[in-house]
Amino acid sequence: MEKQQPSHAALSEQFNADEARVDWHDETLWWVRQKRDKAAWTLPEWEQLRENASRIKQHTLTNLHGYLLDFERQAQRNGVIVHWAKDGDEHNAIVHGILQQHGADRIVKSKSMLTEECHLNKYLESKGIDVVDTDLGEHIVQLARETPSHIVLPCIHKKKEEIGEIFHRFLGTPKGNADPEFLTHAARLHLREKFLSGRVAITGVNFAVAETGEFVVCTNEGNADMGAHLADVHIACMGIEKVIPQRGHLGVFLRLLARSATGQPVTTYCSHFSKPQAGQEIHLVLVDNQRSTQLGRDDFRSSLKCIRCGACMNTCPVYRRSGGHSYHTAIAGPIGAILAPNLDMRDHADLPFASTLCGSCSNVCPVKIDIHTQLYKWRQVVTAEGYGDKSKTLPMKMMAAMLATPLLYRWAGKLGRWVMRYLPAIVSNRFNPWYKHREMPDAPKHSFGEWYRKNRS
Amino acid sequence: MKTGLFIPCYVDQFYPNVALATLELLEKFGCTVTYPLNQTCCGQPMSNSGYEQLSESCNRLFIENFSAFDYIVCPSGSCTLHIREHLHSKTRPAEAAGIKSKIFELSEFLTDILQVKAIDARFPYRVGVHQSCHGQRGLHLSHMSELVGPEFSKPLDLLKMVEGIELVSLNRTDECCGFGGTFCVAEEAVSVKMGKDRVADHEQHGVSFITGVDMSCLMHLDGILKRKKSKIGIKHLAEILNETGS
Amino acid sequence: MNNKSRENILRAVKRNQPPAEDLVLGEQLPAIRYDDVEAEFIRTLHSIGGTCHLVTGVSGISSALTGNFETGGRWVTTVPGLPAIPRADPLADPHGLENIEVAIVEGDFGVAENGTVWIKETSLAIRVLPFICQHLVLVLPRQQLVHNMHEAYDRIGSAEYGFGLFIAGPSKTADIEQSLVLGAHGARTMTVLLLDQ
Repeated sequence: MEKQQPSHAALSEQFNADEARVDWHDETLWWVRQKRDKAAWTLPEWEQLRENASRIKQHTLTNLHGYLLDFERQAQRNGVIVHWAKDGDEHNAIVHGILQQHGADRIVKSKSMLTEECHLNKYLESKGIDVVDTDLGEHIVQLARETPSHIVLPCIHKKKEEIGEIFHRFLGTPKGNADPEFLTHAARLHLREKFLSGRVAITGVNFAVAETGEFVVCTNEGNADMGAHLADVHIACMGIEKVIPQRGHLGVFLRLLARSATGQPVTTYCSHFSKPQAGQEIHLVLVDNQRSTQLGRDDFRSSLKCIRCGACMNTCPVYRRSGGHSYHTAIAGPIGAILAPNLDMRDHADLPFASTLCGSCSNVCPVKIDIHTQLYKWRQVVTAEGYGDKSKTLPMKMMAAMLATPLLYRWAGKLGRWVMRYLPAIVSNRFNPWYKHREMPDAPKHSFGEWYRKNRS
Repeated sequence: MKTGLFIPCYVDQFYPNVALATLELLEKFGCTVTYPLNQTCCGQPMSNSGYEQLSESCNRLFIENFSAFDYIVCPSGSCTLHIREHLHSKTRPAEAAGIKSKIFELSEFLTDILQVKAIDARFPYRVGVHQSCHGQRGLHLSHMSELVGPEFSKPLDLLKMVEGIELVSLNRTDECCGFGGTFCVAEEAVSVKMGKDRVADHEQHGVSFITGVDMSCLMHLDGILKRKKSKIGIKHLAEILNETGS
Repeated sequence: MNNKSRENILRAVKRNQPPAEDLVLGEQLPAIRYDDVEAEFIRTLHSIGGTCHLVTGVSGISSALTGNFETGGRWVTTVPGLPAIPRADPLADPHGLENIEVAIVEGDFGVAENGTVWIKETSLAIRVLPFICQHLVLVLPRQQLVHNMHEAYDRIGSAEYGFGLFIAGPSKTADIEQSLVLGAHGARTMTVLLLDQ
């Protein structure tokens, strides 16, 4: 029996049932977009910076093999233990294996969308490991037993009253207290215990430098470092596309990342890990999970340039009005819609269609991924592979035939307008999705073609 | 200078006045305009839905109808963009390439080719300009708010030449209206919400008319306006520029 | 160690990657420079929730410290020349730093475009120190300011380190309805003492 997953359209419809909430979600994310704009305008060279970042990433993809080998060699020279995982399952098994090796039954984890992609938490919990997500937003969704809805702002879909309620239930904060400062401080105290007693910490990787074998972890909260520096074992998980050639290139990416993501000039902490501290192990897990497949797709390869800033989500008028959970995949929004079909074309065939192809995403992307062009191209691939909405095929064929035949087109138009003028109920009814919230256009007596034939030709 | 008039299918059928205004406007500026009678559609509805190969016949028809002209002008950003980006032919590749290089959306034709500096038009109303995405981000008709760069707008430059017009600044200058082709029915809830939000922006600024370069956007916004019995009207750019007020 | 996956992944990558292209970036990475690099650094640091004081000499450091922080609680430093404050012991168990109230650490250089300060591992003694303390103070020689991140990485060069860190202001989060809160898991406040020798 095939898994029937609700489509983006169905989930978005549910999301839109509460219009005031949609307004709130939309305005919050639009505000983040505006902060990004303000930050971009502080640098006259912003567009050149984007171009350079794009070129560095594009170049890296043309020699990913070489750079991965360089990175591995340098990292190992630094004393880092490097693992390779072909997919999410293997990644999870490797992580679990390290935990077993060290007799650890719990971990603290800072933000890693890769571990979300691999469903690591669920796997570890099934093995009896206690997983604590330490990024405040991720901790909140973890307590709520949800997944993050945004790659940078994990609980952007939650109101502070709801968060207050969650904290009251799980952290014992006073009922009704929804003050962000108070709640954050409560989380600080609660998670501090976890950091201090944790022996294994998992972090993500923002950038991995091939030249030196170091990797960089960027946070505002300091949770990655509080975890990693207090642990006996630091496991860093990264997709293979996170490699960049040179240390100096970090300058380009660190100038773009936070400005694109939140409008800050830089994240509070940019920690450069090279060697484990005395008495500690650093394990690096390099994950493929279909990235090598995407690498081979000429039209979609450049989606691997992504530095996971989330700017595309903040600007996307559809994402803002449908929410990350409507995309039913770890990474939502425009970038998610061009990555997910590669992971599972059947399950995510609807995502490239969750867009008006407005192109705003491509403009805010710090590495100039042509997201909206790829959305269009994925539509063709998904349809050709048979994963599209099959009920569209016949109407599309009929429309194509009609439009290919001028006489047929003119008669269909004439008939359609006649029906709309004299039998409007046939079209203007609840079976017509357009008509649900919009009036149909007026149907003129004559088309322009008819007028031109009569008066000009 | 032979100019072919390319009228989007839905404009031909539902907004013939926009097509007429475009024709009259071009003729006012001295163009010899012909409307090929056997044109139908650019093929975008099929292509955007994932059925690119079904628009082959539209491509063929388009090349047959339009390859002979010096210029092709279209009162639609999205249709013009679609031809520019997707028109192709295995049997007539040179003609397809030729068409791509000489097809223009109306405002860019008036600004870049005809280099219009004055228009004899009068439209004494408060007008909000909706920046249709494909025209703006695809054809670069105006500065895009995401980019760091100089402000410019071909449609706005033309509108400013109209006597009496009052152009307002919106809260969100270039957010998508939500039409998006089949998106407007396939993702009806989001599409309508996007349209309602655009309408609210214009309402907040007290406009009497909403204009733009694409009737698809305006048709969608008008559907929402009419449903709430709004007094705000829609007018395509061509209609305003052709409005002599007599 | 799963060598089979390693081989398979590398093989797939090699097979699927497009033909190699050189990286062409132009002679110089475009980068902003400021008329007054110090003023810009201070302005940016303030805008990200940091505090800045101009101090002269070791005595200046001492008075800035006593003037701005409660003297109670455990203090520790990695800055030489502050005998009144215990030096951080690089061999100590990091967990033992849990109750540090104020940590005073040497910064290597600051970056004006974003208010961040580069800290070398040798200046940290223990990696967790700038995170685990409640209040972080960075002593930064006044002349050691660069304009932008490209200059920053030029300065770092090919130095070898086990760990290096850029810190920009106090720890923070805006995860609750985009309300900015200073003081998440790292230090709750961050003060830069710009030092005139």
